[in-house]
Amino acid sequence: MAAEGKTMDALSQFELTPIVAGFSNSNLYMLIAGVAISALMLIGMQPRARVPGRLQSLAEVSYEFIYGLVRDQIGHEGKKFFPFVFTLFMFILFGNMLGMLPYAFTFTSHIAVTFTLALVVFVLVTAVALAIHGLHFFSYFFPEGAPKALAPLIIPIEIISYLSRVVSLSVRLFANMVAGHVMLKVFATFVVMMGSAGVLGLLGALAPLAINVALVGFEFLVAFLQAYVFAVLTCIYLHDAVHLH
Amino acid sequence: MPQLDFANPLLLTQVFWLLVIFGALYVLVSQVALPPVARMLEERATAIAADLERARALKAEADAAMAEAEREQARARAEAQAQIRATLDAAKAEAAKAEAELSTRLAAELDAAEQRIAEARARAMAAIEQVAVEAATAATGRLIGVAPDAAAARAAVGAVLAARQG
Repeated sequence: MAAEGKTMDALSQFELTPIVAGFSNSNLYMLIAGVAISALMLIGMQPRARVPGRLQSLAEVSYEFIYGLVRDQIGHEGKKFFPFVFTLFMFILFGNMLGMLPYAFTFTSHIAVTFTLALVVFVLVTAVALAIHGLHFFSYFFPEGAPKALAPLIIPIEIISYLSRVVSLSVRLFANMVAGHVMLKVFATFVVMMGSAGVLGLLGALAPLAINVALVGFEFLVAFLQAYVFAVLTCIYLHDAVHLH
Repeated sequence: MPQLDFANPLLLTQVFWLLVIFGALYVLVSQVALPPVARMLEERATAIAADLERARALKAEADAAMAEAEREQARARAEAQAQIRATLDAAKAEAAKAEAELSTRLAAELDAAEQRIAEARARAMAAIEQVAVEAATAATGRLIGVAPDAAAARAAVGAVLAARQG
């Protein structure tokens, strides 16, 4: 998949290819992420040790990290959403991290995937809000105390901002992952292109190589951060749904 | 951009499998994976709290025992000191009594001795008068050839002795 000849091909890494009919490489990595998460939690908690080992610590730290997030953001009512937020965070985190492996496919770099996840969050948030507050939920679109005359302006704006959550949530993750992987690929291609251009080129290739080393570290940060941001925003939306404002 | 290639049927099947895999993972995580972690954390928190509680109780017990020991020691020390003082006082009283006894006995013996000396002296004085009378009578008889009257000699000797003793 590297630079073939002299052409720059940074996007072919996002190509969907079927593993079996209808089941793409993207889905394969979703499956791997799901199995890895389950393995971490099930095998990690197997020792049930009072003083945990490394894997058990990792499982417990993941639990407590997301539990703390849910408790702090949503409050006491947030407990029943904890498994969902945990699954969402771990799924995105493992998708991002698996994407950092060479030759791996990053399923979070597909807008269809991130949009679907954002839509799941959106539907859940709206359903929760409707279930808790009934029709009173629609008062969310008109802040209390605002002048009635401004209603024709405020209500459309609030509705648009509510709907645009899906877009911002999905595009943020998608764009971050795509941009990162394209950059890695572009600089890696530079290394190959310059490296094949004689001694001077070989020396010149050191610069993009160094940049790529830094980028890999940066991408690991982004991989964690974006999963965290997705989870935090989901919690904030759930908080809004539970408490309305 | 392959992500926006909607002609590719895999784009839609990808979403289908995403929902299946994510849904299955959610069920697995919420039903199977998370409860043991929650139980584990709960169990550990209670165990730590219980251990801390036990440690606190043991410390209180140790503190009480320590205070008890200190009190006991102070009591023992006071008792010992009182005993020492009592013994010392008794010994002093005993010594004073013995000394007093000794001094009265010595005084009595001194008195008796003085009395004996006085008696002996009186006896000696009486004997000396008799001897002096006889000596005076004999001496007078030798000097003048006439033996003096016994009563006169006794009176003269008595007068001289009385003057001497004067």
